[in-house]
Amino acid sequence: MEVINGLNLKDTELRLGLPGAQEEQQQEVSCVRSNKRKNNDSKEESAPSPAKTQIVGWPPVRSNRKNNNKNVSYVKVSMDGAPYLRKIDLKMYKNYPELLKALENMFKFTVGEYSEREGYKGSGFVPTYEDKDGDWMLVGDVPWDMFSSSCQKLRIMKGSEVPPAL
Amino acid sequence: MGLRLPSKVLEHILSFIDSNEDRNSVSLVCKSWFETERKTRKRVFVGNCYAVSPAAVAKRFPEVRSLTLKGKPHFADYNLVPDGWGGYAWPWIEAMAAKCPSLEEIRLKRMVVTDECLEKIAASFKDFKVLVLTSCEGFSTDGIAAIAATCRNLRVLELRECIVEDLGGDWLSYFPETSTSLVSLDFSCLDSEVKISDLERLVSRSPNLKSLKLNPAVTLDGLVSLLRRAPQLTELGTGSFAAQLKPEAFSKLSEAFSNCKQLQSLSGLWDVLPEYLPALYSVCPGLTSLNLSYATVRMPDLVELLRRCSKLQKLWVMDLIEDKGLEAVASYCKELRELRVFPSAPDLDEANIPLTEQGLVFVSKGCRKLESVLYFCVQFTNAALLTIARKRPNLKCFRLCVIEPFAPDYKTNEPLDKGFKAIAEGCKDLRRLSVSGLLSDKAFKYIGKHAKKVRMLSIAFAGDSDLMLHHLLSGCESLKKLEIRDCPFGDTALLEHAAKLETMRSLWMSSCFVSFGACKLLSQKMPRLNVEVIDEHPPETRPESSPVERIYIYRTVAGPRMDTPEFVWTIHKNPEIGVSHLAIK
Repeated sequence: MEVINGLNLKDTELRLGLPGAQEEQQQEVSCVRSNKRKNNDSKEESAPSPAKTQIVGWPPVRSNRKNNNKNVSYVKVSMDGAPYLRKIDLKMYKNYPELLKALENMFKFTVGEYSEREGYKGSGFVPTYEDKDGDWMLVGDVPWDMFSSSCQKLRIMKGSEVPPAL
Repeated sequence: MGLRLPSKVLEHILSFIDSNEDRNSVSLVCKSWFETERKTRKRVFVGNCYAVSPAAVAKRFPEVRSLTLKGKPHFADYNLVPDGWGGYAWPWIEAMAAKCPSLEEIRLKRMVVTDECLEKIAASFKDFKVLVLTSCEGFSTDGIAAIAATCRNLRVLELRECIVEDLGGDWLSYFPETSTSLVSLDFSCLDSEVKISDLERLVSRSPNLKSLKLNPAVTLDGLVSLLRRAPQLTELGTGSFAAQLKPEAFSKLSEAFSNCKQLQSLSGLWDVLPEYLPALYSVCPGLTSLNLSYATVRMPDLVELLRRCSKLQKLWVMDLIEDKGLEAVASYCKELRELRVFPSAPDLDEANIPLTEQGLVFVSKGCRKLESVLYFCVQFTNAALLTIARKRPNLKCFRLCVIEPFAPDYKTNEPLDKGFKAIAEGCKDLRRLSVSGLLSDKAFKYIGKHAKKVRMLSIAFAGDSDLMLHHLLSGCESLKKLEIRDCPFGDTALLEHAAKLETMRSLWMSSCFVSFGACKLLSQKMPRLNVEVIDEHPPETRPESSPVERIYIYRTVAGPRMDTPEFVWTIHKNPEIGVSHLAIK
């Protein structure tokens, strides 16, 4: 049970699904035959299967190699209004304060005060990220390790674009 | 008139015969040759630990000095074999300890080795010299300590990619101060930090030390100090190569490497920062083997390093090398014999590295001695395969992993049949082949027909029907190991070619359409095959025609094994007993 700052986040977690349902896990399929055969006639792009399914033991690399990518984890960072994007290596940071400080330095802004209830308050800048499911999330809600392994992109939203709920 | 060769003379002649294949032939000539051969065989190799009983081996070869055993099927490396399947070293250690106390060398691959095993080895073999454990598990650093402490003449201790219960770095201090015989030490798979001073002293008092592979916990400072004490090393696995960059640290590192004038093989390099690579430049011209597969270094830095490695024969690298980097390898590393390119981002949705089939084509064109390839790539083309086959008919091992299952030739949208046909036909010395991508039954017709020397074949997500297996089992004259996953063949071909299975070491099939009924039939028909059904659910709870999850079939003279876990179902040869899983407490 995840308890951060004395709060049980699961209690207040907003998500789709019945209350009490298990946390969604990446499905592991051992056989992908049914939905994967390529049709010679089809003009379909060779797209990977739905992002959530992982094939057991594929590609055939030993588990100690699968952890390889841990060392480098560059993600794009966009800032609303900035002329071009930047890239940072998430592995360089051990926690949220370090990351936020680096972002503040990079884009010359200050992010507000974080609270679970209200998100970032005070500056009009809100750091968000795209996770493995393609959803845009508020930076800071989940434990650092979970964040750094699922973060695909960062976007610093500016005050006027931020919906009041955030 | 028969002349009988006196056994002393025969012994002398046989002392020149090392190859076990030859010795096996010798032993078939007649009874007296069998006897002389068995009494003089020093190196025993058992490719499947369940093919023969430990007692039988110990009895037959009383003078054995070196024993090599393999346990789990190869696909265990990719988590396809559930934990607890088997492959226990204990019965072998026990049998050897009882009958062959002069044993000096033990090499185990994919076996379960306990601390008890290691302690038994240490206690039973007085002149024990070599322990090499590859992809083994089940032991802790305590067991290693026992070996270190007790084996006075230990020369080689190598733990290669083992899963070890790491209770700390103390094990190293168990090498007595009197131990000076070490030639090779590999503890790269351990996590805990060892006391650097213990390691320094061990290295200092081991003048014969030629190979040292450190774990990531050893820092750069530690490395420098060790290199200073062992400039004679020929093989080095560095520890972690990351640290704060200080100018003096860098020059010390550079200097330490430049004093290692005999270094031929380099590995480790975890977390290597590109700024540190120049420290290695001095050893590059002498390197024959370089393993950069754990180094997340990008292409330009890789090329700077590789262009200095003109003698390189073996290169393991990640796909971060890109096509461009491989083009450079093709022009600078003309001695290259073996290339392995691993994926840096094994998850399908993350693949966006500029490594394509072109990279392998460059190397095939430029490196005339290339004979062994392992290549991971998102997609491939027939044209590339044809070029590779044409340029490199001397290939002995070709393992292509097209990461996208069922991916056709991305330029023509055709299956990769033509390409693999070219490989099978063109590379007449091919011993090992792994195929992938979209393949129809036709591909396997070509492989069956032309791949006459292939001993090991790996197949995933391929074929259309039973024909696929039929082609393989009716062709492939030299086939010894076949491993297949997620292919749509069923019972027919398997039952039709049952006899072929006895000429092979083993057959692995998972997520195919072989039924339990067929397994039963096969097992009853072939008394010298063990047919193991590896399935979470008891096969009897389902109709006989329903497919089973995994099957492992292997020839054996030892009968069904007695140590199967709950999820392994061996069809008993006695139809009255039927299906059972026999387990020993």
